Parts: sequence; structure tokens; C-alpha cells
Amino acid sequence: MIYDWLYSLTGSEMIAIGVQSLLPLYLFILPFALVAVLLERKVAAHMQDRLGPMRVGYHGLLQTIADILKLLQKEDTVAADIDKKFFDLSPLLVFAGSYAAFAAIPFSGAFMGSNIDLGIIYIVAVTGLVVAGILMGGWASNNKYSLLGAMRAAAQIISFEIPTLLIVVTVIMITGTMNLYTMSEWQTGYFWNWLILGGPDFGIAKILLTPLMLMAFLIIFLSTLAEVNRTPFDIPEAESEIVAGYHTEYSGMKFAIFFLAEYANMFAISAVVSALFFGGYQSPFGYLGNLLEIGWLIPIEQFFWFTAKGVFFVLVQMWLRWTLPRFRVDQLMSFCWKYLIPISFVLLLLVGLITVL
Amino acid sequence: MALKTEEMVLNMGPQHPSTHGVLRLELVIEGEIIKSVTPHIGYLHRCFEKHCEVMTYPQIIPYTDRMDYLASMCNEFGYVIAVERLMGIEVPERVEYIRVIMAELQRIASHLVAIGTYGADIGAFTPFLFCFRDREKILNLFEITCGARLLYNYIWIGGLMHDLHPDFIRLTKEFIKEFRPNLKELNDLLTFNQIFIDRTANVGILPAETAINYGITGPNLRASGVNWDLRINDPYSIYDRFDFKIPVGKGENGTVGDCWNRYYMRILEMEESLKIVEQAINQIPDGDVSSAIPKRVKPPAGQIYSRVENPRGELGYFIVSDGSVNPTRIKVRAPSFVNMVVFGELCKGHMVADVVAILGSIDIVLGEIDR
Amino acid sequence: MKNYILKFWQILFTIMIGMKVTFRHLFIPAVTIQYPTVRPEMPERERNRLYVNMDDCIGCLQCERACPVNCIEIEIVKSIPGEDLGITSNGKKKALWVTKFDIDIAKCCYCELCVFPCPTDCIYMTDVYEFSEFERDNFIYDFVTLTPDEKEEKKKNYEEFKLKKEAEKAIAAEKKAEEEAAKKKESGTESENTTDDKPE
Repeated sequence: MIYDWLYSLTGSEMIAIGVQSLLPLYLFILPFALVAVLLERKVAAHMQDRLGPMRVGYHGLLQTIADILKLLQKEDTVAADIDKKFFDLSPLLVFAGSYAAFAAIPFSGAFMGSNIDLGIIYIVAVTGLVVAGILMGGWASNNKYSLLGAMRAAAQIISFEIPTLLIVVTVIMITGTMNLYTMSEWQTGYFWNWLILGGPDFGIAKILLTPLMLMAFLIIFLSTLAEVNRTPFDIPEAESEIVAGYHTEYSGMKFAIFFLAEYANMFAISAVVSALFFGGYQSPFGYLGNLLEIGWLIPIEQFFWFTAKGVFFVLVQMWLRWTLPRFRVDQLMSFCWKYLIPISFVLLLLVGLITVL
Repeated sequence: MALKTEEMVLNMGPQHPSTHGVLRLELVIEGEIIKSVTPHIGYLHRCFEKHCEVMTYPQIIPYTDRMDYLASMCNEFGYVIAVERLMGIEVPERVEYIRVIMAELQRIASHLVAIGTYGADIGAFTPFLFCFRDREKILNLFEITCGARLLYNYIWIGGLMHDLHPDFIRLTKEFIKEFRPNLKELNDLLTFNQIFIDRTANVGILPAETAINYGITGPNLRASGVNWDLRINDPYSIYDRFDFKIPVGKGENGTVGDCWNRYYMRILEMEESLKIVEQAINQIPDGDVSSAIPKRVKPPAGQIYSRVENPRGELGYFIVSDGSVNPTRIKVRAPSFVNMVVFGELCKGHMVADVVAILGSIDIVLGEIDR
Repeated sequence: MKNYILKFWQILFTIMIGMKVTFRHLFIPAVTIQYPTVRPEMPERERNRLYVNMDDCIGCLQCERACPVNCIEIEIVKSIPGEDLGITSNGKKKALWVTKFDIDIAKCCYCELCVFPCPTDCIYMTDVYEFSEFERDNFIYDFVTLTPDEKEEKKKNYEEFKLKKEAEKAIAAEKKAEEEAAKKKESGTESENTTDDKPE
């Protein structure tokens, strides 16, 4: 819809596509990442019986602006003996890997970055770029701690992509499509039509699928948590052992880019999980627009629900971070390979059987 | 032909978020497995024992505070008991009771720091703040008594600096009531969390024989299964009047003597200390706390070695006096110094992440190691 | 197999318990206060910056001797007889001029060992705890109330008095020696005639 409007405005395909794909990023995701920084600090503080930032603005609401200004004017320290090309390239790769995923996520019924049929597979593939960025950053820093962190990060992200993909394949089998937009449309109606409760087709399949889908949701939530390096899986940036891991040597704006990429990644994960299992931008209770016969209210409502679900899952991720200690590297690997992968395979088989019969 | 791997020397330098103080650890690692660990100490050496030779006995008390700065009352307690034994002073009952209450409250505060920082090292940031919130209450109790929160100079030779504040007993009872549910919450959040157990069980196992041979004392020794506590086996002051148990490691989640056991000992010890404080508060007699303080502290010529149970182990003072107002020599047996010796052996064969776990479970304070 | 499922369930279950604790704490009010707008209440026996009331100081040097870090420096000058220095607030008569009373508050370890020996309670700890400075030399607090001229005057007075006393003593000693010599001469002549019964 926006694409058509822009095309009619400018008459050039390139500009229309360019603006359309950058629009969600700059209007929504980047401000969200900035807000998420403050949100994390406030949530952490209130869970720990303290107040968090309070001085800048009312109750600290403008703290992010102060942070950004500080990071902008910081000296970009460059250590000796680093590999300059890779050092500079690494934050950009991580950033690109996180933000490119938003092209295939439907923000509402009327807006989607690019309506490719590959959808979810594209998202999983592009978040794999992050591994290359992290490895580059760790190696180029010429620092043993960074190298350790980068190696651990690479092992972790690559291993946890497997359960993610297996569950995604499970969902694809049920819904029959890889496009997230079509998947969200398929889950219209009220909240009992969501995939976590079995999907919109009533019948024996729905009752059988519900516990399996709950299990699948749990597994994909945990594996995607590991993909974004959040506690309990935050070994690459484990503060107490290896002093910030692969981004030890970065300061100033480059560090800010890593930071923003992490929060955007968190939101991308939440959006994907909610699109797969919780109906994406669908409202659980029906639309006000339908009730009041106002057509153009519906996309706005859908956008609101999309944001609400995304923010809810981001809050759950933050909640987990401030509760749990972190895993050790070998325990992490054994958790992935010995627990998550076999269970995902079993789920795949069972769901396959149910869909065939 | 075997694969040739290289050994890497990793330096967890004096400035590091999880070495407790300025400690330099030189790790020789192969991949993630540790081959050897060499600790380098001395970054906090302040010549305590040399200072003691030119100061008078009451002037040394502020210096003993600063050795193990997380357990100042217990340090002063040990020193004062040594000097009083040398001089043959008998202190009034009230003074004994107050000293025991202060020492046990200080034990709880010190264990809270140990537990909080251990959780923070493992990655759980929230219990750290909960522990410090409870510790604030204890420090407030100390503050109304003697005015200072960390380094008190409260326990004097022959008595105390001030008597208890009139509000102290009421506030302590309130604290005890509030602390028990907080302890249960801490257990829920950290102690029995499966991830925490996986991180710390079966890591850094210290067998009882090795512990005794190295001279380890305190919760580390008790976690290995040896039932030895100076408050019961070599009683000093009035500890024999109170009814409390000594927790001994049993290896509930893992083996006896691993990190989880050492950590769990501290939690159980906090409960026992609460019991002692409760009993002591109900039994305090009246009296004058400064009646036995001598005008001039001039012990007769002689030597004495006396020891107390610090939160970290056995703290011993060896005092040589030649009859003048300055001691000839004071030597301190610091528990963390002796506990640190076994660290290299515990770490062999474990991974880099375990170094932090083991170091936190031994619970050292660099002020004590370097003096 | 049973252990496998049990382990997985244990992980999830203890995670849930931990999350419940943190969730409950989300609604407990904060325990921190917003310093410096809100200040904590300090107890009565607090130990902060030292202060010396020079009107009461009798120059006994007890606080200087008691300090473990030697942060107090005092210099005293004896007064000449006939001078009236006044009395302290608890009735003691002062007899010494204090010409230097420096406390290096950066060295002070706040142990209160100087407060107890003071016979007139003139050195005590106040409730000031925010006294940061930009220069380290500003930390040496000088408490004397005499001007430099007055200090010189007192010292000079005492020196003159001492010299005078010495001169008098010298004269008295000379006179005594003369008397002794005269006495000896007298008794010397006497003893030539009498038998000497000095005990051996």
C-alpha cells in the first residue's frame, strides 16, 4: 500500500522501494532500540528494589538521549596491532544482520517490508551474518579475552540455529507456507485460533497439537534467546569472566552500534516468535474497526497489537536476564545438542504424523 | 600423530571484575582447560606488622580493622582477646555478650557479601542487590552503636568504646524478623536454581585429607566434611553458653567439598548466627562496659598465640611483648592467605569459567592476604 | 531416561520459581533514596570531620599521642608567670600557649581515639561529611586563634623569661659556691684542731 503511494508520488521504483524498506527501520525499530536501553535499566532496577535512572527528564525518561550524546562524543580508541579493516567492518555486519531481518516481518495487515515467499527462512539466514561479524570483531581486536568470547559466540550461535530451524520447519508443515504474512493471516479470528492453541482448524488435530505447540514455543524461545546472546546464554559477553568478550575493545559509536543491534535483535526475535505462534499482528479479541465500521482503523490496531506482543516478549527476555545465572560453555552446548535437538526432532515427527493423518 | 595444540597464557590481571580485590592470576590454558594457575599477591601490602612495632596497643586496633575489612569486628575481637589473655584482664559479662552479638552480626554481613558477589560472578545479578539491601540493615545497626559502618574501632582492650544504643535491641529484633524470609527468598532465587547447581556442583572438589594437610579452616574445611569450628572445639569468650549447630558438608547436590557445598555452608552459617544473636539479645545482663579498661596497656613480657573464628577461617594473632607499651612483634595468621594456597590444585583440569566459580567459593579478601 | 526428563523438568521448574521471586519484587517499593536531594538521617554517635574548640584546649598533647596515624601536630609555649590565659569551660586553668594545632584531615582515619583522652572535651567529631577539596593542601586544618605576631610575642616572652631565669640561677649558683667555699675554709681550720670522726 505504501509502496503504491510512494510510486505514484515519485514515479521511481528505486526510491519507492528504498523509502519503504527504510521506513520501519528509522521510524520504529531504531527508536525502539533506544527506548529498550532505558526500559532494560528501569526494569532491572525495579526488580532489584531500586530506582534506576532518575535525573535526566521526569524519572529518567530522557536518559537515552544523554547516553547517545555521550557515546557520540567519546574518543574512538583504536588499539595498536589490530586488523583495521575487520575491526571497522565487524559492528556493521552485526548491525546489518540484525536489521535486515525486519524486511520479512509483517508489521500490520497493510504493511510489510518485502512480501517474499521465503519469509522465515530468509530471516534465519540473515541473522547468521551476525556470526561472521562477531568472529571478525573478536579476532581483529588482538586481545585474548575478545578471542575467547568470539569463539564461544560462534559456537553458540551456530549450534542454536538448528533447533530454531527444526521448529520453524514444524510450523511450516502445519501452516503450509513460509511467508510470515500469510501465516499471520491464517491465524485470524480470536485468540483460540492462534497456533499455540492448535490453529484455526477445529477438530481432533487441534487438541492433539496444543501441548506439542506449547513445547515447540518453549524450545524456539530458548534457542532464539541463545541466538541473541542474552542470559542465561550470554557467555560471549560474560561480564565477570572475560570482561565484555568480543566487544571489549570497542568504544564510542562502534560500541553503540553493537548495543543497538542487540536490542533490535531482541525485538526481531520476539516479533518472529509472536508471528509464528501468537498470531503476529492479529488481535485476540476482534477489531474495533469492524465494530465501528471504520476501515482504516484496522491496520492501526494491528500495528498496536504487533507492538504489544513484541514488547511483551522483550520484557520476558529482560525478566529472564535479571533472574538467572549463566550457563558454562560446555553445559550450554550439551543443553543444545542433548536436550533441545532431540526434543525438536521428536516434535517434528509427531507433528508430521498429525498433519498427514 | 597427536594434534599439536599450543598453551596460552591468560592473565586475569589485578583489575578484573571478579577477582575479589587486587589479585593477579596467571592461567596457563590449553583451549578451555587449565593446566596451571599461579596467583601473584602483594598488591595491597601495607606493612601492618611493621607498623605494629611502633604503635601502642590501643592504637593498633584501627589497623586490625583494615586487614579483613569485611569482618572488622571479628578482627578486633581476635586481637583484643589475645592482649587480654596476655595481661590477664577479666571483662564484665555485659561486654562479653555485646562482643558476641557484634561478631555474629558481622559474620552475617560478611557472608552476605560473599554470597552476593559469588552470585554476581556466576551471572545472576539480582541476588547481589538483595544481599546488599540486607547488609545495609546490619550496617545501620552498627552505625547507631559506634558511628561507623565498616571500620569500627569499637572493641577495646578491656571493654568497648560505647555502650549499646537504647534502640539497638529493638532494631535488632526487627532485623531478625525481617531477615528470615529474605533468606528463604535468596535460597529460592539462587541456591536451588538448577543452572546455579550445574555451574557449581562437582567443581573444585576439595577432599577432607587435602584440606587438613593444607591447613584450610573455616567454611571451606567444614564443607569438605570435617567437623571443626573454633567456637566449639576451642571455645573463647562465652560461646559455650549458646545453643547452635555447626553445619557440615554432606554433598546434597554433587560431591562433598565442591563449590556448591562451600557456598551452602555460608547460607547455613548465617542461620546459625541468627540463632546466636537471638539468644544473646534475650540474655544480656546490665553492667558497665568501661570498668575494666586499663589506663595504660602495658602487658608483662611474654608471648601468646590466640585464635578466633573469622567468617573466613581461623584468625590467629601471635604477640611478643617485652613489657613496654609497644609490642615487639605481632604476626597475624590470616585465614585467606592459607586458603589461597590450595587454589592452584583445585583448578587443575577445569575450565576458565570454573576459575571464577572456585575463586568465589573460597571467599578471599585481599586485605587479609597482603595485610 | 527418567533422569533425563527429570533434569529438564528441574531446570524449567527452578527457573519458574526464580522468575516468580523477581516478578514479586517488581512491585516492592525501592529502598534507595535520591541523594543529594534527600539525605539520610545520621545517628547521634556519628564520626565525621574533627573540630577543635581552642578556647578549651589546655595543650596537654594527649590527642597528639593517641592518634595512630600522626595527623595532629601541636606546638606549645610555656607561659610566663603572671600571665592570665583564662579558664576552660569545665574550670581548669590554662597554663600553656598553643602556637600550632594542625590536623591533616586527609590522613585522619576517623577512629575517635583522640576524642576520648581529652580532659576538656575540646576536640570532637562534628556532623560534616561533605568536605571535598580540589587541592590537597587545603586539607590541613589550622585551629589556633593566635595571630602570627602574637605567636612570636609569646615565644619571645618565654625565651626572655628563660634567659632571665638562667641568669638568676647562675648568680644564685655562684653565690652558693662562694658560701660553700667560705664555709669550707672555716670548717677546714676547725677540723685541724679536733679529731676527725667522719665515718668511713
